[in-house]
Amino acid sequence: MTDMPLKQSRKTSGGVDHLIYVLRANPVTLIAFGMFALIVLSAIFGPALVPYDPLETNASNALQAPSWDHWFGTDNVGRDVFSRVIVATRLDLSMSLAAVALSFVVGSVLGSIAGYWGGWLDIVLNRILDTIMAFPLFVLAMGIVAALGNTIENIIYATAVINVPFYARLVRAEVNIRREAGFAQAAKLSGNSDIRVLAMHIFPNALPPMMVQVSLNLGWAILNAAGLSFIGLGVRPPTAEWGIMVAEGANFIVSGEWWMAVFPGLWLMIAVFTFNLLGDGLRDIVDPRKRT
Amino acid sequence: MSSGSIASLMFALWPRAKTLSSPAYPRLRAIALRVAQSIPVVIGVVLISFLLTRALPGDPAAYFAGAAADEASIAEVRTALGLDKPLIQQFFIYVGDLLEGDLGRSLSSGQAVAQDLAKRLPASLELTLTALILSCAIAIPLGILAATRPGSWVDHLCRVVVTAGVSLPTFFTGIVLIYVFYYLLGIAPAPLGRLDFIYLDPDHVTGFYLIDAALMGDWETWSGAAKQLVMPAITLALFTLAPIARMTRASMLTALSSDFIRTARAAGLSNGKVLYGYAFRNALLPVVTTLGMVFSFALGANVLVEKVFAWPGIGSYAVEALVVSDYAAVQGFVLAMALLFVVLNLVIDLLYTAIDPRIGFSSK
Repeated sequence: MTDMPLKQSRKTSGGVDHLIYVLRANPVTLIAFGMFALIVLSAIFGPALVPYDPLETNASNALQAPSWDHWFGTDNVGRDVFSRVIVATRLDLSMSLAAVALSFVVGSVLGSIAGYWGGWLDIVLNRILDTIMAFPLFVLAMGIVAALGNTIENIIYATAVINVPFYARLVRAEVNIRREAGFAQAAKLSGNSDIRVLAMHIFPNALPPMMVQVSLNLGWAILNAAGLSFIGLGVRPPTAEWGIMVAEGANFIVSGEWWMAVFPGLWLMIAVFTFNLLGDGLRDIVDPRKRT
Repeated sequence: MSSGSIASLMFALWPRAKTLSSPAYPRLRAIALRVAQSIPVVIGVVLISFLLTRALPGDPAAYFAGAAADEASIAEVRTALGLDKPLIQQFFIYVGDLLEGDLGRSLSSGQAVAQDLAKRLPASLELTLTALILSCAIAIPLGILAATRPGSWVDHLCRVVVTAGVSLPTFFTGIVLIYVFYYLLGIAPAPLGRLDFIYLDPDHVTGFYLIDAALMGDWETWSGAAKQLVMPAITLALFTLAPIARMTRASMLTALSSDFIRTARAAGLSNGKVLYGYAFRNALLPVVTTLGMVFSFALGANVLVEKVFAWPGIGSYAVEALVVSDYAAVQGFVLAMALLFVVLNLVIDLLYTAIDPRIGFSSK
């Protein structure tokens, strides 16, 4: 993930110069890259660095407001909210990464097949995607988790399913317009098999717009996974996860203990915000015309 | 396609034909075609919900027979539920039940799921529609202003709103609003449902409390219901604001830079006429398209907002059902939401033909 911007720059004409130019012209993107690095670092090293055990309860120290000892206060059973928020980064990030990776792979394969060979495969795939999109997506995810069983893996599968249409359609369009292109036909004539032409020559062209989609999607996937665990699906207490922490904190908000819900919610928001900024920034690098 | 382009050609050549009956016919045809197009989608939706009900963890028969059931009674339940029949046959039985409006029985409430959903649907619709009207009322003017004054503070405000808006978890904004306006400032009512218990529910006419109370002329109840509605509606509106504002701004910019606007300006038309008579009407189409996507988000976010504000709609019904593993209720909810969304998309597409007469003729 971290070498994404570099890969991006190689694909764009102008390369690194263009990347530097865009970053200088748009410092917000630079900040987004910095925040992204921070999030990834806290996902990797967070559990080793936090001051308290995220699961250790301490009844005598419950519901303390934020202080120097407990930066984000303590929750109703005396756990340190700061430690829990930081530790939760790994779970939230890996859930959404896994879901986005799954839908990236499945969507790429389905979209490539439909876009390259067309015909009835294309029609069937489009019908299936239309049907998925006919559901309000969060509601479909709820239904899938309820049907498959209430586990973290199923949250990942559900989030992946509702994201597949976006990738499949993007890849299908990108592959379809290059199916008859000169370079594809030349590769075909020099004896490459269909699959090789598709995978090595045509599909790589779809990667830059896919990267933008991945970044925008990551934020949405985190929101989705956290929303599902907010309503009690997947992650079970006492696991530290942002959605479930907000849900637990919500019971105390009407009596004024705001820190239990606000900090995990704020972290979730910052993560999503970072991915959205990153997606916008990547789009400026990849395709400056689409800037809105 | 061909008949459509011929009709539009005729339309261009003989503008006066508009007063005759001919344009009404292709438009009607286009509407019928669009309605027919939603039939395969409905079939697909029903098929997926069927598969979801049959994909229950473990053996559904054992689940419905209860914890204390032995082999014989599980087999009995299996026969009673038709689970011993082939899957295809089960599907047709399921569709037959659906056509009779039978979504199964909820384990927790003991009522028919369809009945439960019908009772709670108005609450959800009232919330969602209020929120969408609110967000359109803010987002569309914001987008127009941002597009007409690029680089001004309105433009920057629009950009901030758009980026921040899509990053806000709905459940989190709801909780923050409760903390600020209920706990700190004390100006909002307790986040406990549609109406404070000191008021009586208005007589059931539409199920929308605001409309029902207004029909009764009971303005005290009306304002009570409105007060309860404000915070959940704002929460949901904040969430749907961003895509609408973004799309309005972008499509307004495209429209304003097109040739017909230059021509209109060159012809000396007033600024207002150019902006609202020509640019905005053309910019409206992509905005209406986005509304379909926004509806999808809003119906999903609705579940979260209902949980935060204890709003007695179908979303919180589904959440309660999930907690006690009441599968029939959850699947009924998913199906109902999907059908609602199909209908909404249909309405949006039909709205197209009203906004842009050209759309009615293309058979897409």
